Amino acid sequence: MTREIAVVAFAQTDHRRTSEELSEVEMLMPVLHEVLDRTGLKTSDIGFTCSGSSDYLAGRAFSFTLALDGVGAWPPISESHVEMDGAWALYEAWTKLLTGDTDTALVYSYGKSSPGSVRDVLTRQLDPYYVAPLWPDSVALAALQARALIDEGYTDEPALAAVAARSRTDARTNSHAQLRGSVPHGEYVVQPLRIGDCPPVGDGAAAVILAAGDRARELCERPAWIRGIDHRIEAHSLGVRELTDSPSTRLAAEKAGAFERPVDTAELHAPFTSQEVVLRKALRLGDDVLVNPSGGALAANPIMAAGLIRIGEAAARIHRGESDRALAHATSGPCLQQNLVAVLEGEPRHAQ
Amino acid sequence: MTTEVLKAPLVVEFPFTRSLGPVQSAFLTGLREQVVLGVRTADGRTLVPPVEYDPVTADEIRDLVEVAPTGTVTTWAWNHAPRRGQPLDTPFAWVLVRLDGADTALLHALDAPGPDAVHTGMRVRIRWAAERSGAITDIACFERYDGDGDGDGDGDGGHEVADHDGQFESMVTGIVAQARLDYSYSPGRAQTAYINALAERRIVGERCPSCRKVYVPPRGACPTCGVGTAEQVQVGPGGTVTTYCIVNIKARNLDIEVPYVYAHIALDGADLALHGRIGGIPYDQVRMGLRVEPVWTEGGRYPDHYRPTGEPDADYETYKELL
Ligand SMILES: [Zn+2]
Repeated sequence: MTREIAVVAFAQTDHRRTSEELSEVEMLMPVLHEVLDRTGLKTSDIGFTCSGSSDYLAGRAFSFTLALDGVGAWPPISESHVEMDGAWALYEAWTKLLTGDTDTALVYSYGKSSPGSVRDVLTRQLDPYYVAPLWPDSVALAALQARALIDEGYTDEPALAAVAARSRTDARTNSHAQLRGSVPHGEYVVQPLRIGDCPPVGDGAAAVILAAGDRARELCERPAWIRGIDHRIEAHSLGVRELTDSPSTRLAAEKAGAFERPVDTAELHAPFTSQEVVLRKALRLGDDVLVNPSGGALAANPIMAAGLIRIGEAAARIHRGESDRALAHATSGPCLQQNLVAVLEGEPRHAQ
Repeated sequence: MTTEVLKAPLVVEFPFTRSLGPVQSAFLTGLREQVVLGVRTADGRTLVPPVEYDPVTADEIRDLVEVAPTGTVTTWAWNHAPRRGQPLDTPFAWVLVRLDGADTALLHALDAPGPDAVHTGMRVRIRWAAERSGAITDIACFERYDGDGDGDGDGDGGHEVADHDGQFESMVTGIVAQARLDYSYSPGRAQTAYINALAERRIVGERCPSCRKVYVPPRGACPTCGVGTAEQVQVGPGGTVTTYCIVNIKARNLDIEVPYVYAHIALDGADLALHGRIGGIPYDQVRMGLRVEPVWTEGGRYPDHYRPTGEPDADYETYKELL
């Protein structure tokens, strides 16, 4: 029998261009305290802790072990780490809760892009034989995808600019976002993508608490139940993939049950405007679905946390009663190579 | 307290030595010889660049074919500001190119005068690098190709792929991939305060507001309690060797004679031992409980090493919790 597991709390930093006055643990710790405070739990009450981060971003070896200082890992805790976005750490925590070993899990992730050049850092995740020696940066690869979409008539530059404008307008109500309100669309970075089509580079952290069954109901007035979650990956070689589509997103969504009933909200992890076009198509999102009311990754994209934040934002809307059924998506790798989809639901609301 | 946070350039640079599988070896050796090889999948598609395993079925694939050095752009992006390490240092187009005879596309650069000279569907050919070693960079870039056909000289536009045994003289079996990333490193608030104090020959830790332990060096959080530390506490300068090891291998770029002793030192007032080198005493006379103090060299921003104070050894009971 499958256990019911829910997101019961979410917290995030204010995402900023730089946080140089803070070490990673100094940046992360307030978020951990906030998410624990929301449930009244202490570290010692948490059954499993899982985090996501990458040492390459800030150039700090073993930074995830130092980040554990912020958790308070004594007496020894049950803990794991993924060198991926925190959404995948959440997936691991969800499977851990499914086993019945424990009832609560803390998931966090953080990224400090400000010390390095993230466009170059991300080239190091590419095929080391045929691709990485050419140093194709993250914007260049996204631009190849955007061009393919334009050439095949799925979008055009004004439509992409509209995605950027809508995202940052919506982010006006998100005090954590880095880019809010009216932001000039700017010059080409790599044509056809302009500055406005690209996510802001910045630092930030996020944390989520998961709980199972009645424990979730105790900790949260309206838990965001994870009805399904799945992740799928495509071939790493860009030339093998159909860049205008995202079959891995579609399959993950299918496995997560996203197509069984319509969702009212979708938090999509689309760092580039053109990627929202691909995801809307793959997820068959109609105009009646509220997409990225938080502003999405175009408003704040702390790498390694931005995917977890999508799940957190979707869950928070359910907590607040603003959504009944929401889809959350996270991505990893160039041009939406790997995709995770979660479907979250709140229990029916009754008149008071 | 607000002080300017320390920052320093940090370069992380290393060569990755990678061995090649049989398909990668044939492909990269082929590039050195100006021959482009693809690999056939079970369903009859030709992958260029070729891989060791079928991306759909994961089957091992080994049937190599030779494709043309000419092809068609399937998508492109104009890069007006080339970055370090990229194939060209003048503005160029990133392209995915499906070579004639291949079913998949290869990522590379296209040399062109400007974005108006590039379009999806344009015909291009390989411009070979003058010096080739068996690497993807043996293709210097692509350039526009005006010929009608596929460049194989038979005058027809299609390209018949020919089987190839993948064998060349002196096969390339590995590559050395250089990686360099540049950072501006900042240690954060707590460690900045610690480092600044060291330069003034003071050792300053931080006390946990919960368990009252004093951490030296401070990292801004108590790892036991998971809470922030802020209260600064000066410790030392005297301390006790809690444990040590004898180093017998000379480190590169380190001008210290071996053998020498590297020790955990519990500074007076600290609840965590830090580590440092012990000098001013023969290596085989260092012992647990030895009382030491830091030695700053002229102009040094941190202790060069620790030396014996001459005090009687500390009683084991006084430092056993810090082991
Ligand atoms: Zn403490």
